[in-house]
Amino acid sequence: MFIDQLAYLPHFTNFVMIDVIAENAQQFQQVLSTLEEKGRAVTMRIIIIGDGKVGFSLAENLSKENHDVIIIDKNADALRKASESLDVMCIKGNGVSTKILQEAGIQGADLLIAATTSDEMNMVCCLTAKKLGAEHTIARIRDPEYANELTGLMADLGLDMVVNPEQAAANEIAHLLRFPPAVKMEQFAKGKIDFVEVKVTGDMPIVGMKLKNIASKISSSVLIGVIIRGHDVMIPNGDMTIMAGDTIHIVGKTANIYHFCKTNNSITQKIKNIMIVGGGRIAYYLATLIADMGMKVKIIENNYERCNELAELLPHALIIHGDGTDEDFLHSENMSDMDAFVAATGRDEENLIAALLAKNSGVQKVVAKINRMNYANIIKNLDIDSIVSPKTITTNHILRFVRGLQNAQGSTIRTLYRILGEQVEAIEFIVNSDSKLINITLKKLELTPDILIAAIIRGNQTIIPHGNDRLQLGDSVIVIAKNRNIISLDDMIMTGGRQLELQDSIQKFGDRINL
Amino acid sequence: MNFKTVFRSLGIVLICEAVFMLPSLIVAMIYRGHDIASFLITILILLLVGLAMARIRPSDKHLYTRDGFAIVGLGWLLISFFGAFPFFISQSIPSFMDAFFESISGFTTTGASILKEIESLPKGILFWRSFTHWIGGMGVLVLTLAILPSVGARTLHIMRAESPGPTTEKLVPRMGQTAKILYGIYFMITAVEVVLLLTAGLSFYDALIHAFGTAGTGGFSNKNASVGAYHSVYVDAIITFFMFAFGVNFALYYQLLKGNVKAFWKDEEFRFYLGAFSVSILLVTLNIFRNIYPTFGEALRFAAFQVSSIMTTTGYATTDFNLWPQFSKMILIVLMFLGASAGSTGGGMKGIRILLLFKMIKKEVVKLIHPHSVSSVRMGGKAVNQETLSGVMAFFYMYIFVFVFSVLVVSLDGYDMVTTVSAVIATIGNIGPGLEMVGPTGNYAAFSVLSKIVLSICMVVGRLEVFPVLLLFAPSFWKRVNI
Repeated sequence: MFIDQLAYLPHFTNFVMIDVIAENAQQFQQVLSTLEEKGRAVTMRIIIIGDGKVGFSLAENLSKENHDVIIIDKNADALRKASESLDVMCIKGNGVSTKILQEAGIQGADLLIAATTSDEMNMVCCLTAKKLGAEHTIARIRDPEYANELTGLMADLGLDMVVNPEQAAANEIAHLLRFPPAVKMEQFAKGKIDFVEVKVTGDMPIVGMKLKNIASKISSSVLIGVIIRGHDVMIPNGDMTIMAGDTIHIVGKTANIYHFCKTNNSITQKIKNIMIVGGGRIAYYLATLIADMGMKVKIIENNYERCNELAELLPHALIIHGDGTDEDFLHSENMSDMDAFVAATGRDEENLIAALLAKNSGVQKVVAKINRMNYANIIKNLDIDSIVSPKTITTNHILRFVRGLQNAQGSTIRTLYRILGEQVEAIEFIVNSDSKLINITLKKLELTPDILIAAIIRGNQTIIPHGNDRLQLGDSVIVIAKNRNIISLDDMIMTGGRQLELQDSIQKFGDRINL
Repeated sequence: MNFKTVFRSLGIVLICEAVFMLPSLIVAMIYRGHDIASFLITILILLLVGLAMARIRPSDKHLYTRDGFAIVGLGWLLISFFGAFPFFISQSIPSFMDAFFESISGFTTTGASILKEIESLPKGILFWRSFTHWIGGMGVLVLTLAILPSVGARTLHIMRAESPGPTTEKLVPRMGQTAKILYGIYFMITAVEVVLLLTAGLSFYDALIHAFGTAGTGGFSNKNASVGAYHSVYVDAIITFFMFAFGVNFALYYQLLKGNVKAFWKDEEFRFYLGAFSVSILLVTLNIFRNIYPTFGEALRFAAFQVSSIMTTTGYATTDFNLWPQFSKMILIVLMFLGASAGSTGGGMKGIRILLLFKMIKKEVVKLIHPHSVSSVRMGGKAVNQETLSGVMAFFYMYIFVFVFSVLVVSLDGYDMVTTVSAVIATIGNIGPGLEMVGPTGNYAAFSVLSKIVLSICMVVGRLEVFPVLLLFAPSFWKRVNI
């Protein structure tokens, strides 16, 4: 359970195990404060063991964020791809071996991430690494048997974080089921602000409306932060009109977003009955979560022995033995009467087909799990409500942890969330006393183009900003920026004196001559 | 091939070349030579062409292996082409072909010259001539990578194509950082040499010129008699040592900086390099002692300098080894093929390849005795993968092929066999002086334009280790759609 809470820590409030969170928050805080004392440089040495899907995508993101990344894997072919397309160092060998770890420079390494296929191997790697002097360790542990004993394991092995891709995916799906109109959901400011992706359909009243009119006509407590139209991503201004077929990101409190969606006819009813195809780990975690939320679940699995196991593990769920891509069979299990359909088999293609079947039969909310993001562009055009990728979720959790480590080194960035690849970022900043923006009304600020202040959090108050609001010391500010590398709040203002202009032009020059 | 990105990158390289030309301009200004204008004009041309090319906006920014190779292959030709402008514009070298030959010889750290009279040339031109050695030695594009603010991940292909040796490994996880470390080490050793040469009584200008020539293992001097002009044991000793030092894999110096002294001895290639070096000196010394030099000390001094110079493919000379006995000359010819270590600034085939070839032969022999034996070729305790081995064999074959082909073309000029063959070896191995007409006291001026073109290509082939250049001659490489 609490793996994800730890990952979500800065901005997550789940109703299930708050005590665990509190306990971990303390640990987390301790880690941060010890780092703060040392005040190291922002570039970290990160060792990744296991060059699989998660390992590769982590290496890709971390090396882009200017960390020194070293990948260890036994398989030379897997490493070849990484060494050819990423700016990282690759070492062939067994990540458990002391010699290999030392070759990778484990002593004084800031972080070791063990993401091999074996849970036990990951644990041993982290244990060895800690003994050899690695500062922090993260292990991927996915077996549900261990998942229940994690607290003890983490303490014994000295792990700083445990990631469980399937559980994280299940968590995400559970979120989406609680809030059906969302394609994706992200939380900021410890859950005070939600960032919800919604598809605009023709019957919504906001279609054809200019953004500046939305506040007066529908709701002023939410803000539309990003509009995706076809292949374009836009940071909107007040004169833009919403069109049918757009995908919009709504920023605001959960309740307000819910209200906004309700007035827009996009909420029909609460989800009560859920069908899950594929009885893997995701189904297991999801079923346990759903049971707590008071929804009913039906799991379809085509391996009879697995069905028996699930029946033992999940007494409240209905387990059905059959082929989840067989249309007749699904109909005989009255798929069309379900409120939600989750396709979570081990094969991406089956999941997509099953999800399309469900959507055709009129299921309100359809979620498909995809492991490989190879078809990302095609999937976008399919009529599936949400796509969940365990790999991406895991990567994001670890990236957030890494940024958390960086924060302790003086950065004011709290969380960062990427929309549509890397084109648009939503960043949470803390206003500190150095900022030049304090106490200036927002309409007077000359912001650089393609930047939007989406929300201000002041204590327990959440403000969707308007022209007359101003920033105060200690506020959390959520900024949406497109194609820009914003490191501090002051980067947003257009005219920040000559020095800033110089910095800006140097950066632009650097971007241009980048080979 | 992604032409737009390739040309854009080449534009950036040209802008960098304009920057690299600034020190020479400053030298020309200090000495108030008539070459100031030639540098100014060249820099202007470079900036214009470079900026025009850098303005290309590629739709797809990806660099794949073939694009990296294209950047390196074309980049070297372009850089050498524009590098010839100062020689030509200042009329120091009146024929453009000769100027191009001299420029390529500089950048590839060959040191083969078409100039008969060096000392009368303007100081700025001579400085540029030697400075090309320094930037060419470690790699012009690697230098570009080192000084650019941010470097993409795919640039490893560029470093791989430009750095000598069968495999290229990064020292640290990040490419830009690796390039900076390598250039840092390079700069430091060069600086130490300059200081030592100053204490030996050379002027600052002479010390710089000779340090550049040694560091890049190039061999251009500002004296007609090369290093021999100083008649100083001390200068000979310093340059002998530093030539040897620049022929060592730079990764070992990085290990040394990290406190790992043992790395030197553990490195098989270094042991081989040191062994071949010592044995050659010993044999040559014994051969020329009494024959040419009356004392053993003198024989050792000249043998050590010449062996060091030829083996590291530098090409400085303190004596006319063309007059030495046949045996000594043959040893030098063998050393020309052998060359220095992988990952150094030296040329030739590199010790590690020769070692690997020997090990492969040994494996084949064992296979004949025990037909069912299974074994792997090991280097430094690690098994070498089959791909690297076949790469080494392909390299060896292509090297010999280019050598034979070039000898055939150059022989059209009708010079004697030793001149023809040694001219090709000395250019393809980036050494500079050969034997007979192209010996230490001779030069390449007499060759026909065709031979000069072939020898120029030989120099680039040798410096870039065959494949990036060969790729430029492959028709499918130039097609937009590769099938």
